[in-house]
Amino acid sequence: MQPDAQPLVELDNVARYFDVSPPWLNRVLERQRRQVLKAVDGVSFSIAKGETLGLVGESGCGKSTVARLIVGLYRPTRGEIRFAGRRIDATGPDPTVRRAMQMIFQDPYASLNPRWRVADIVAEPIRAHELAKSARDINARVGALLEQVGLARADGAKYPHQFSGGQRQRISIARALATQPAFLICDEPTSALDVSVQAQVLNLMRRLQHELGLSYLFISHNLAVVHHVADRVGVMYLGRIVELAPVKRLFASPQHPYTRMLLAAVPDLTLTGKPRTAVGGEVPNPLEPPRGCAFHPRCPYAEERCRREVPRLKHVAGEPVVTVACHAVEEGRLAQEAFKAA
Amino acid sequence: MPGVMTAVAPLLSVEGLRVEFPMRDATLVAVDGVSFSIAPGEVLGVVGESGAGKSVTGSAIIGLIDPPGRIAAGRIMLGDRRIDDLPPEDLRRVRGREIGAVFQDPLTSLNPLYTIGRQLTETIMTHLDLSPRAARQRALDLLTEVGIPAPKRRIDQYPHQFSGGMRQRVVIALALAANPRLIIADEPTTALDVSIQAQIITLLKRLCREHGTAVMLITHDMGVIAETADRVAVMYAGRIAEIGPVADVIHRPAHPYTRGLMGSIPSIAADRETLAQIDGTMPRLHAIPRGCAFHPRCPHVFERCRKERPELMPVGATHAACWLHAH
Repeated sequence: MQPDAQPLVELDNVARYFDVSPPWLNRVLERQRRQVLKAVDGVSFSIAKGETLGLVGESGCGKSTVARLIVGLYRPTRGEIRFAGRRIDATGPDPTVRRAMQMIFQDPYASLNPRWRVADIVAEPIRAHELAKSARDINARVGALLEQVGLARADGAKYPHQFSGGQRQRISIARALATQPAFLICDEPTSALDVSVQAQVLNLMRRLQHELGLSYLFISHNLAVVHHVADRVGVMYLGRIVELAPVKRLFASPQHPYTRMLLAAVPDLTLTGKPRTAVGGEVPNPLEPPRGCAFHPRCPYAEERCRREVPRLKHVAGEPVVTVACHAVEEGRLAQEAFKAA
Repeated sequence: MPGVMTAVAPLLSVEGLRVEFPMRDATLVAVDGVSFSIAPGEVLGVVGESGAGKSVTGSAIIGLIDPPGRIAAGRIMLGDRRIDDLPPEDLRRVRGREIGAVFQDPLTSLNPLYTIGRQLTETIMTHLDLSPRAARQRALDLLTEVGIPAPKRRIDQYPHQFSGGMRQRVVIALALAANPRLIIADEPTTALDVSIQAQIITLLKRLCREHGTAVMLITHDMGVIAETADRVAVMYAGRIAEIGPVADVIHRPAHPYTRGLMGSIPSIAADRETLAQIDGTMPRLHAIPRGCAFHPRCPHVFERCRKERPELMPVGATHAACWLHAH
């Protein structure tokens, strides 16, 4: 995998702030300050054709905001987003880019219109983008899409409530594939599903990637799922990427203390009896993020510099593919053998 | 059935439990013929996918099945006392005093209008004969024990002032308030982030070890079970498919469903191109297949599976309800 060879999607220092200030009257009368939530604060990465980038992090770290920025549901406060070399952050919805990227959502119950037949749900993007003219062509295309995701042609006549969660997620995937996209953004696509059904959907997504050469941005809080699907993984904490590395490297030798903590916290089936280093503390209030490195209040290696200076995402010495935003890693203060990967 | 039951005198034993929900045109059987027991101080994990009947089993034990749902058969013993047929008033005393409960969403377990101190002291005074002052002191001790920083300040705050992880700690403190012998924890960490989840699991384990409290841990997360439970029961379509020591069930599963379930879990330790998948879905409750409920999805199905329902039978160290192991 050469991530920089021909990036399909590029984010360059993208940020999105939300003004969550109290109303003007309260600010005046109660002397409350303006408040800005920095949901995403300077995120850069690229995704190559056919590649899966996993994005992990805990609730509120900004993963879903990144997804919404890329599809254009939010405009970035700053930074550039490029798709196949073209800037898309300023132009707004452009039909050709729209067609080339589609989104799959977490909740297959909420993301399908309960009053529409499955055939109409899957046909909607085809009609909206005028990809097929006659009703016959549309029907043929919908039938082929349903079969591609492992449903029957006849299922098109049914309504979403007649399907289980896993089958509904297949319908979402069929709808996303209707425009023949090159890039799918999957925001927790299997989090609402049972494990055996999750396995069916993950296997399907992998098969489709091989067949159609799709690129995925795969967002999940489940590290084991990301380990299974991703080629490279970005770890987010409070609006920033703290580590970005190929999946094998990240799981075999995590660098950033937060990544180490996350990996140590994952319950695994191996029953190795490895001590769970339950790092104390919680994600701080994103309205008042800590100064310097946002992770420093929970970090066992924090020093004066960490409390003062925001670390930048940098290549680790001797590691051309691993980037980490940590002063301790940069200064070589973290012993590699301190953490034995599972 | 040795092995399904505990070796020592059990704290809780469930025998032939059947829970029904009468509907307009049919009766749904959510739990059917479920038997197991929990020893004092033991952690029994109960896993299964949505609709397998794990939560209904937990609710039946604490007497919280909503009408028209009812326990149609079987009995539930706490020590040597039968608790499934108690009058509501007596059951209320058992619940809280002898069995504590921790649910998935800490926000719905707490009253948003009362301070957590009031909720704790109320629970303590309902079950223990303590003065208001002593009850408040016990509430403070409990908050300290579950790891809430600055309990003296936090005790007079409201649930919304706590984060998700801290709220779940408060709920655990509530469950422990009367020093129960058994805690039923239904998906206690599912709503929490993974780092907080690790903290809560560690806390539950420590408290149970220190107090000798038994736990019935209901979850869909096999990882949590692997780390926490002593034994595990795997449920499918309202029945126990397999039950046994956690290491055996995970590494040497005997039931084809357990095998499929283990193979379908993505693991950080293993590199697999594709996950094992069990085709199809769990049957709906109104259409549970005859014979073995798993037979339409089972790769090893044969004639007997379609006709006769298998009971749990010993296989190595575990018990599985599967005709493959009949002799």
